[in-house]
Amino acid sequence: MTVRFTRDHEWIRTEGDIAVVGITDYAQSQLGDVVYVELPEPGRKVERGGEAAVVESAKAASEVYAPATGEVVAVNEAIVADPAKVNADPMGEGWFVKLRLADPAELDGLMDEAAYARFVAELG
Amino acid sequence: MSLTDSTAPLRQTPLHALHVARGARMVPFAGYEMPVQYPTGIVAEHLHTRAKAGLFDVSHMGQIRLVGAAADRALEALVPGDLQSLAPGRMRYTLLLNEAGGIIDDLMVTRVEDGLVLVVNAACKEGDLAHLQRRLDLAVEPLFDRALLALQGPLAAAVLARFAPAVAGIPFMSAVAAEIAGKSCWVSRSGYTGEDGFEIALAGADAAAVAEALLAEPEVLPIGLGARDTLRLEAGLCLYGHDIDATTNPVEAGLAWTIGRRRRAEGGFPGAAAILAALAEGPRRRRVGIRPDGRAPAREGTAILDAAGNPAGTVTSGGFGPTLGGPLAMGYVAAALAAPGTRLALVVRDVPRPAAVVPLPFVPARYYRSPA
Repeated sequence: MTVRFTRDHEWIRTEGDIAVVGITDYAQSQLGDVVYVELPEPGRKVERGGEAAVVESAKAASEVYAPATGEVVAVNEAIVADPAKVNADPMGEGWFVKLRLADPAELDGLMDEAAYARFVAELG
Repeated sequence: MSLTDSTAPLRQTPLHALHVARGARMVPFAGYEMPVQYPTGIVAEHLHTRAKAGLFDVSHMGQIRLVGAAADRALEALVPGDLQSLAPGRMRYTLLLNEAGGIIDDLMVTRVEDGLVLVVNAACKEGDLAHLQRRLDLAVEPLFDRALLALQGPLAAAVLARFAPAVAGIPFMSAVAAEIAGKSCWVSRSGYTGEDGFEIALAGADAAAVAEALLAEPEVLPIGLGARDTLRLEAGLCLYGHDIDATTNPVEAGLAWTIGRRRRAEGGFPGAAAILAALAEGPRRRRVGIRPDGRAPAREGTAILDAAGNPAGTVTSGGFGPTLGGPLAMGYVAAALAAPGTRLALVVRDVPRPAAVVPLPFVPARYYRSPA
């Protein structure tokens, strides 16, 4: 099981060819209170870098991009019912979608945890 | 995720260090670096203000003094409010108008000794000052170094009474001089949240001491511009540059109540012909409150459709209301669609989503009523 991170502050954790996707703690802290989440229909195909979900804070709407190409196999209805879970536990209960990856090798280009921590530190 | 940020040289208010020390996230707003939220977060800050008391730094707003006994009559040439009837120490909300009856700015006017003091929007203050200096034949003095604090919420009066007992009983929309924490202040019972509360004008050099004294009270938390926006939206109050601007007239904006009876009879304000015609005939469009049926917020710029799917208007302010616990919006629709209960759709991310017109305000105002 490995976790990778995008420059757009999504995380993706793989278990075989299934991957769980969410937003990072840095992302939720920058957004502030999450008040609304819109998730894709299971079965939808998403492209790497394409829109996978929408997250809205008290201030603004933001897109959540797919870190890799694949098919949505599950979505987290719990964050639709209680969007604050995204703030409280972004890497756990606050996950967004599960994907069946088209090509797990796509993740090789993403950052590991240490590289992402350096990336965030440089953002100030 | 798309997270945006921008950096440009910005002005700071006298409370800048206080905001930073308290962990505020500072953002550019109207040329100032302002706190959008503290670590508390917008939702908690909003709910705290409705439950207890919140302290806002609104020092970016412009204070302008018009000097002389003739200031009321002179300013009436630029606004539709009845200022001649304004008693000493009383305050009125009014509008600077252009010749077409469009709104140049909205402002508060208070009668003080030997003149009037105006509080105008931060983004408009330089333009308003130039407009007033050009159009008025009297001394127009910018007080842009003055600070302005707002203490808002149901416990604001009890908190302020500990510092200045006399202010707790002043009527809504009135103002008095008072000393707070040893500093000379000008305190009005007014605000932008729909709650009881006060606005405190004072020298910039004194602002931090007064703010710290108020924040030391257990009921008071600092509140950022994020919650200021959600509070005013729930209260149905207009935000200049969004819900009203130079292309909107007071009648369609639902602000005809600001046009004094004498002014309606006499005219004599910019755009009077157009505004009096809109009053007589009814405006073509109206500002309304809108509640989406679902949970998706509709932001500023969202297209509004009628029940048949035809274009009907645009959202001018929209988001999530923490006290409502759901999304809310204001916008302009054709006058025939303005009645509460009218079915509409809001086009969010290309999908029309059902919504309905609702009465304003979304959350009932709780302004102070003096004992009879």
